[in-house]
Amino acid sequence: MNIIEIKNLTTTYNGHTAIKDISFNVKKGEYICLIGANGSGKSTLIKTIVGLNKKDSGEIVKNITPDKISYLAQNNLTDIDFPAIGKEIIMTGVQKRKSLPFYKKEDYQNFNEVCKLLDIDSIINKQISDLSGGQRQRIMLARALIRKPELLILDEPCSGLDVNITKEFYEILNKLNKEQGLTIIMATHDLDEVKSSDVRVICLATTIKFDGDINNWKEGE
Amino acid sequence: MEFFISLLQYPFMQRALICGIAISFCAALIGVILVLKRYSMIGHGLGEVGFAALSLALVLNLPQMYISIPIVIVASFIILVISQKKGESGDITIALVSTSALAFGVIITALSKGFNIDVYNYMFGSILTMSTGDVVISVCLSVLLVIAFVFFYNRLFMITYDENYAKVCGISVTFYQFLIALFTALVVVIGMRMMGTLLISSLIVFPAIIARRLTHSFKEMAVMSVAISILCFLFGLVISSLVNLPTGACIVVVYLVVLLISRVFGLLN
Repeated sequence: MNIIEIKNLTTTYNGHTAIKDISFNVKKGEYICLIGANGSGKSTLIKTIVGLNKKDSGEIVKNITPDKISYLAQNNLTDIDFPAIGKEIIMTGVQKRKSLPFYKKEDYQNFNEVCKLLDIDSIINKQISDLSGGQRQRIMLARALIRKPELLILDEPCSGLDVNITKEFYEILNKLNKEQGLTIIMATHDLDEVKSSDVRVICLATTIKFDGDINNWKEGE
Repeated sequence: MEFFISLLQYPFMQRALICGIAISFCAALIGVILVLKRYSMIGHGLGEVGFAALSLALVLNLPQMYISIPIVIVASFIILVISQKKGESGDITIALVSTSALAFGVIITALSKGFNIDVYNYMFGSILTMSTGDVVISVCLSVLLVIAFVFFYNRLFMITYDENYAKVCGISVTFYQFLIALFTALVVVIGMRMMGTLLISSLIVFPAIIARRLTHSFKEMAVMSVAISILCFLFGLVISSLVNLPTGACIVVVYLVVLLISRVFGLLN
């Protein structure tokens, strides 16, 4: 079953064409890595899928409710000195279009589950500015997972993080994909770190240059 | 202190106290969001828009609030909406809107009979001339703002922290922007009577800036900001009564002293 169908999508970013006439489908349970050089259109495609960037032409069909889609941005652009603790930030992830602006008992249960899954109990009451880059990104992943998504879209989640933290982060994603059937679309430069997974690679350079299994992907193709 | 307590027997002082506490409360709450969203200067910009609206009301001989409130609300919304667009920064938009409004205000005033005492009072504040109507409006605004802040607290926090994520989650960011713009405008218009158009922004930004460095969470910052705002207002009012200086300016000086003390306290810790 295709949960996302992208048909002849063209989109611009800052006045230039970032994505030109691309088409591909995303099946339920797939783990897709979008790769490509800087400026190849990876982030623009991610932002267009989640609705942060407007498309010029083409179609994005989502056979999934918006409540079941979650997103983890490239960089935490918000002020790192923001007076907020991890728990406050994670809980915002449960908020949905039609829900009342209050947290329910079930939301707190999901919070406990996600904290256990990501092993973040020790940092949830710390101010975000007191956390390391890796810890902050775990908090952001927890925020993305607390709404129990079926599709997780990530935009270079490990940029700026050290190798060990990056490896740990991808292990969590791999586990979520394998054990919980979470569909993942991720823009990344760290393809080496996800090589052990059963991953589909889409290489972008404004258009799609490669679309296939990670084992068939050759650098420089 | 006895002198100040004796002053409280007078109705004008009682009105000033109630209005001051109510407006300080509202300004501090909205200030938390504005400071964290980097719209600290919006209060100053809207104060100048308020001056233009006031000049227009005086020329047209219409009730000041009825003219000021809609104009400042529209200006507030324009500033917040334009600032969201790519390539436009908040400070540029505020500078353009506020200086244009100030220019119109000066022209309108010059074309009429020049500056008069009402305009002067609005520029520098005159808390002791607050009417019973001002008291009612200030208290109603406080109650409304508290209800809205508590009801929408989780959404306001989400949008203040990460607006893009809120959009992805399907939250109507525009609605909350409108809500923030509406309350900012109301606080500015009503606060202009107390602090003046030139000092109203201090009521919005100082408490939030002081509280930000002393707290670790959004909730703590909101509570601390309100407490600082009310205490500084009371100190400012007492000092201005004792030394017979303008209340608005005294409140700003108290804020400044508290800010400096909080910075020293922060450095020592």
